[in-house]
Amino acid sequence: MCTTCGCGDSELVPVELHEKILAGNDRAARHNREHFLEAGVLALNLMGSPGAGKTAVLEATARAAAGKGWRLGAVSADLATDNDAVRLEKAGIPSKAITTGQACHLDAELVHRSLHGVAWQKTDVFFIENVGNLVCPAIYDLGQAANVVVLSVTEGEDKPLKYPTMFLAADLVLISKCDLIPHLDFDMASLEDALARVMPRPQVLKVSARTGEGMDAWVAWLAARRLEHGLVGKVAGLAAHVHPAAQPHGHGHGPGGHSHG
Amino acid sequence: MHEYSLVEALISRVEAEARRRQALGVHGLSVRIGELAGVDPELFQTAYDTFRAGTLCAAAPLTLRFVPASWSCPRCATPIPRGEVLRCQACQEPARLDEGSDALTLDGIDLEVP
Ligand SMILES: Nc1nc2c(ncn2[C@@H]2O[C@H](COP(=O)(O)OP(=O)(O)OP(=O)(O)O)[C@@H](O)[C@H]2O)c(=O)[nH]1
Ligand SMILES: [Zn+2]
Ligand SMILES: [Zn+2]
Ligand SMILES: [Zn+2]
Ligand SMILES: [Zn+2]
Ligand SMILES: [Zn+2]
Repeated sequence: MCTTCGCGDSELVPVELHEKILAGNDRAARHNREHFLEAGVLALNLMGSPGAGKTAVLEATARAAAGKGWRLGAVSADLATDNDAVRLEKAGIPSKAITTGQACHLDAELVHRSLHGVAWQKTDVFFIENVGNLVCPAIYDLGQAANVVVLSVTEGEDKPLKYPTMFLAADLVLISKCDLIPHLDFDMASLEDALARVMPRPQVLKVSARTGEGMDAWVAWLAARRLEHGLVGKVAGLAAHVHPAAQPHGHGHGPGGHSHG
Repeated sequence: MHEYSLVEALISRVEAEARRRQALGVHGLSVRIGELAGVDPELFQTAYDTFRAGTLCAAAPLTLRFVPASWSCPRCATPIPRGEVLRCQACQEPARLDEGSDALTLDGIDLEVP
């Protein structure tokens, strides 16, 4: 019986969907990915615990990559402040804070909106510093070319086993603050063993933002990703798809192509 | 607590489907959570119970199915037990995550249609 007007029979139909709950985010992430690759930008999603050293790694990257001639840029998620963005600017990386309020992760839509305030098309390597959190940032695709997880030597060797989803998502693990190892009861072999139990192809680099140890290998890893994504030799910022508007706008991938109103 | 934003996405997807089919009501939905999806089933259920009030899902029970994560060798299909090094001892191949192990999926909705 129709419960609204009593006009006739209604029926219960099972609708099969088998659809990812994050399908909407994945669509927005694909859109971001197109932006980045069209403009010749290598975008990286940098994740890790609060205080793992994400911002410090970026500051050190500016120093280590100086000889590369790369133009760097960043957006940085911060619950309440713009401290990280200010630090990055000082280090020579044009940056903007994404104030997330209560949110414990970035999503693709937030990243897209933040792009309107930065000259990301004019960069060669663009960092998205995620919220300090080892859980949920891992499940939101932002449109990055690769995920990098920063794990400091002060956090304990068992972190990969406790947060397997994060490490499963990682294309690279940067073991940070390695200058502290002599002062700690830290066992690198046991951390590497833990990583091998949650990542089928563990890729690991040991770095210290403080001493610069390992930073050349990290810069080489970035260069290899640029090569892998066909971004070498491209002139960034000349892509047809420009993002001049600072105000919110709709995006279409309709018959008229990708339009920005 | 991203379980809340996931439930928000879930409910708006269900509401869109109900509108599209001019449904009179939503009578239930089923969701599958892989062990490595990064989602806590209990928190997800709590978030759903909090959020569904006042939505088309207000009277719709949520059926959650938990999928344990499993790994296997992509070459010889030997299962690789969880907690082991993720490499096939026989083939030296890196393990492959079996389907569903890291997925968060809306499987289906029971809709009352005219
Ligand atoms: N000894 C040492 N300390 C470091 C290193 N890198 C970062 N630190 C210290 O670790 C603390 C946190 O560093 P940040 O770079 O702010 O960490 P973060 O991951 O960006 O932190 P959030 O953005 O707040 O999550 C600071 O006090 C740094 O000085 C390092 O390589 N060696
Ligand atoms: Zn930071
Ligand atoms: Zn979150
Ligand atoms: Zn835009
Ligand atoms: Zn766009
Ligand atoms: Zn095998």
